[in-house]
Amino acid sequence: MISNNKKEEASSTRKHVLSRKLDTIFIDLYNIYSFLLRFFKEVFVPPYEFKEIIRQCYEIGYRSLPLISLTGFIMGIVFTNQSRPSLSELGATALLPALISVAIVRALAPLVTALITAGRVGSNIGAEISSMKVTEQIDAMEVSAINPFNYLVVTRVIATTLMIPTLMCYTIFVALMGGFVNIHANELTSFTSYFQQVFDATSFLDIFSSLIKSILFGFTIGMVGCYKGYNASKGTEGVGKAANASVVTSMFLVFIEELLALQIINALRAG
Amino acid sequence: MKHQSPNIDRTKCVISIKGLRKSFDDFHVLRGVDMQLFQGENLVVLGRSGTGKSVLIKIIAGLLKPDSGSVNVLGKEMNHISPRELDALRLKIGFSFQNSALYDSMTVGENLEFPLVRHVENLSQQEVDERVRTVLEAVGLSQTINQMPSQLSGGQRKRIGIARTLILNPDIMLYDEPTAGLDPITSMDINNLINEVQVKFNTSSIIITHDLTCAKATGDRIVMLLDGQFQYQGTFDEVFSSLDERVKSFYDYNFID
Repeated sequence: MISNNKKEEASSTRKHVLSRKLDTIFIDLYNIYSFLLRFFKEVFVPPYEFKEIIRQCYEIGYRSLPLISLTGFIMGIVFTNQSRPSLSELGATALLPALISVAIVRALAPLVTALITAGRVGSNIGAEISSMKVTEQIDAMEVSAINPFNYLVVTRVIATTLMIPTLMCYTIFVALMGGFVNIHANELTSFTSYFQQVFDATSFLDIFSSLIKSILFGFTIGMVGCYKGYNASKGTEGVGKAANASVVTSMFLVFIEELLALQIINALRAG
Repeated sequence: MKHQSPNIDRTKCVISIKGLRKSFDDFHVLRGVDMQLFQGENLVVLGRSGTGKSVLIKIIAGLLKPDSGSVNVLGKEMNHISPRELDALRLKIGFSFQNSALYDSMTVGENLEFPLVRHVENLSQQEVDERVRTVLEAVGLSQTINQMPSQLSGGQRKRIGIARTLILNPDIMLYDEPTAGLDPITSMDINNLINEVQVKFNTSSIIITHDLTCAKATGDRIVMLLDGQFQYQGTFDEVFSSLDERVKSFYDYNFID
């Protein structure tokens, strides 16, 4: 195969249309667009790799449970603890369950679940696919007439899109339990009374919008991980870079999406 | 010991390449390659690292597109082939990668089953297991069926990589540096396996290498890739009787008996 040095040498002497950086940005944007388009084309095309989708759901969903459980539970306890003094000053500690439920359901659970899975799952997908590329496993699939995009990308993106909303629901439950433990220990509120207030404060729009956000976050994390892995440069350095870029880019995009979703949801609430 | 395949049919050409050119940005790798591979023949492509040997077989397998020239594989013109035809053609081509490219997350058995269950319909699990056992026996590694690729030695990985390509009964085998990184004894085992595969599975093969022992042991015909073109071709002795300094130095720097 052509040596990397010669390739880089040839690449550095190539003429650029605008500037090297701008060209790279536009080429990247086009590649991302093509990658997205290819996903939507291939997601409906057989063969459907159900076995691999289930395996990925297990890897992404089930294997994230310990981390999500711990983080969600602690988040519930800490958030309740931090909110108490402010409400206490106003003599409104009775509103703690309502405050916790609104904060967790609307914002904290979708965001924390997405950030944790971006770190755990996004980096994993980026590293796995890029190492498969570096070791020619993707080429091996192609020469066996197996569509690597279908087998590697479509399955993982479907799995993250399904599993992250599921994990988000679980995070809500665990975080609310964390909040209950704290409130029960301090205010002696009963389980029934606590959850009565939680449900009273939660609207359909809260849950629905969080689910939609989580689906979007899941899709983003899966797509970014796969894109970075699939387009990794050759060599072991490319694996590390792909894993790192998967986490950083998906976290950044999750925050941007959260911000945009917030504007839309607020507009819906006002309407 | 020189190799001579028993069933070469020089009237039947399985791969025909004319005026093949390929460059990466401004670096011209292949500059007008002409080549033919006959039915039942082992063709060895010799050349230094970075001269485009692997690029050549990747073009034949449809992994890279040529800039210009004609590549005809089993009667199909690669420049005008549809994705569906390319997939059908790829089932007739076995590609053994330099680093074996075994799927890390699967056992040896699963690696072999992976292409089989996707391309051969209506196979019962018993038939799949039988085919897996047969190819594993052909490469002499039946005992590794439940092992992970990380548990195998370099030579074993090469053999399993070859077994994975054999499971679909290919007509053409493409070997990318089959003995790279192996000790001389394991290399000779791989050379023998290449010859056995050719006889047992009636394949035609292109073997990319810079190992002259491998070239001598497996090649019916040798071609030398120099400056992006095939410059010398013939039997091993014919090629290395050349007075070209580049060919002579290639011979001198190889450890060959």
